[in-house]
Amino acid sequence: MSHFAELMERNRVSRGRQRKAANTAMLSLTGVLTALALVPLFWIIAYVVIRGGKNINLDFFIHLPRPLGMAGGGVLSAIEGTLVVTFLAALFAIPPGVLAAFYAARYPNTPLGVALRFSTDVLSGVPSIVVGLFAYAVMVVPMGHYSGLAGGVALAVIMLPTIIRTTEEMLKLVPATLREASLGLGAPEWKTSLSVLFPAASSGIVTGFLLALARAAGETAPLLMTTLGNERFDIGQIFRAGVQGHKSFFTILWSIVNQPVDSLPLALWKYAQQPYPERVQQAWAVALVLMLFVLIVNVSARVWIQNRTRRMKG
Amino acid sequence: MQKNRSSSRSQLGSLQRLFQHGDRPWQGVIILVSALVIILMITIGGMLWVQSAGARVKFGWSFLAPTANPNWDPVNDNFQAWPFLFGTLLTSIFAILFALPIGLGIAIFLAELCPAWLRTPLTWMVELLAAIPSVIYGLWGIFIFLPKVVAPVGVFLGDTLGKVPLLGALFTGPIPASGASRLAASLILTIMIIPTIAAVSRDVFMAIPGSQREAAKALGATEWETIWQVLIPYGRSGILGAVILGLGRALGETMAVTMVIGNSIQGGVSLLEAGYSMASIIANEFAEAVSPLHTAALLEIGLILFIITLLLNIVARFLVWQVARQTPQEARV
Repeated sequence: MSHFAELMERNRVSRGRQRKAANTAMLSLTGVLTALALVPLFWIIAYVVIRGGKNINLDFFIHLPRPLGMAGGGVLSAIEGTLVVTFLAALFAIPPGVLAAFYAARYPNTPLGVALRFSTDVLSGVPSIVVGLFAYAVMVVPMGHYSGLAGGVALAVIMLPTIIRTTEEMLKLVPATLREASLGLGAPEWKTSLSVLFPAASSGIVTGFLLALARAAGETAPLLMTTLGNERFDIGQIFRAGVQGHKSFFTILWSIVNQPVDSLPLALWKYAQQPYPERVQQAWAVALVLMLFVLIVNVSARVWIQNRTRRMKG
Repeated sequence: MQKNRSSSRSQLGSLQRLFQHGDRPWQGVIILVSALVIILMITIGGMLWVQSAGARVKFGWSFLAPTANPNWDPVNDNFQAWPFLFGTLLTSIFAILFALPIGLGIAIFLAELCPAWLRTPLTWMVELLAAIPSVIYGLWGIFIFLPKVVAPVGVFLGDTLGKVPLLGALFTGPIPASGASRLAASLILTIMIIPTIAAVSRDVFMAIPGSQREAAKALGATEWETIWQVLIPYGRSGILGAVILGLGRALGETMAVTMVIGNSIQGGVSLLEAGYSMASIIANEFAEAVSPLHTAALLEIGLILFIITLLLNIVARFLVWQVARQTPQEARV
């Protein structure tokens, strides 16, 4: 009997040790996995900064690309193209996104509100290349040619769900008392929304725009079948030609958005696959510019949103 | 004069009443815009459906049928999508297999173990992984990740797992010298979907009520036993939702995959061979497609991608929503 109790006791102790060991091992494993996942982040940032930094200079920002195989030159066409396309995307996506967010924040449980949230979720899950095909079908096919305008439409569809969601979240953070005070003073609903709720939430909303813009600026896939790429794209030259030809301001603007344009991610994709070392070096420089833009916007937006959320909840 | 003004004022007043001081038009506008967002989602599917009609009518279901001798011949207008479907599914499934344990580990670490001061910076860093543009992943993949990691790992897998019967079919080498292969695509996708899986399952863990943890620990469970035997089963459907969202992201990922998968149309099944994916055939050939049937075939591949991601999103949202519903609104300690 005592022998049996002794065995039981020994078993209990060794089992306890086993459980403790398993506990320590598995808990440390989760920490190791977290560290492991961050390795690629720092690896990518380090290489892009080192290789890109070596190849970046003033020419890079102010010259058009040189012909293949020649050293030097810049990516002015791609920088201008990215600015044009993301500006158009913001123009198309922000007004409807904000208005839809007002609806989503005000009436979340109506059938339309539920359908709106579902569509926003689905839209944010649609692969960007499929959005590109959509923009091709609705813009490039009817217009008959590739254009910056079509690229703007594609990126707008990609930005829209992010804008709706962040704006909605920020509007919901505005204290209900503000809204009630405004309505109590006799202001109609639309005036309350536009001149009380929107200003109260505006800095958060703008941060949301920036996050959406940063995501859109890095997108490549939808531009392949909409803007196509154009290494000779130069806004300055188009302007000069337009002024010399005595064209109206809007005609010049239209000719800027109505032709194929280059963009930074597109240039990066093309350069990375070319067998010319100069082009590959340029690709790293483009990657640096793109990555710095995306990371700076992301980090500052997150700091901003967090401070704001804390202040509003507290 | 006096009378006239008062009548015009009362007219204005009745007009204002009619529009409820501008609220009617305002509601009209926001309802219209919200409806447009919903219509936009439907239009994306509809446009792809209409524009791909040529390929759908000509090839029917045989477009998608599995085949050992894939046919993708723009010159003779003969198209079959199987190698792309297979490449996408294989790389995405392997990416999920690699990313699930890592993402779950991160979620557990962030939600349960991590000291408070470290939580925010770590969460941000994991999310920054998702913010880096996919084309930069591709560039890093071609010049650094492929030669330094994928090629050696591929050779090793071919020498070990490649010799195992049955399973070996998936690992028959040799891997191309450049490293560009389905394995490379799976590994890059793994890195890219870890943030999705980690973030969603972290939210799932955060939503589990503290009473569950307290009960398990009161019964004598260690920290890990609490996590493994109580928290993970409790959040099972939410974690499944995270996996499905990650799968959706992996299926549609284009640029990074196109740059590392090797872009070769063939019937082999091995992970170590160069392959192709649905998104990358569209990226590579769409702008250069000449015949209308070629364009329609690529649009049909886009339509399939849209339908798959739509279904995955519906299932994932449903699962995550279920977890939120079954969890009482009880503050977590």
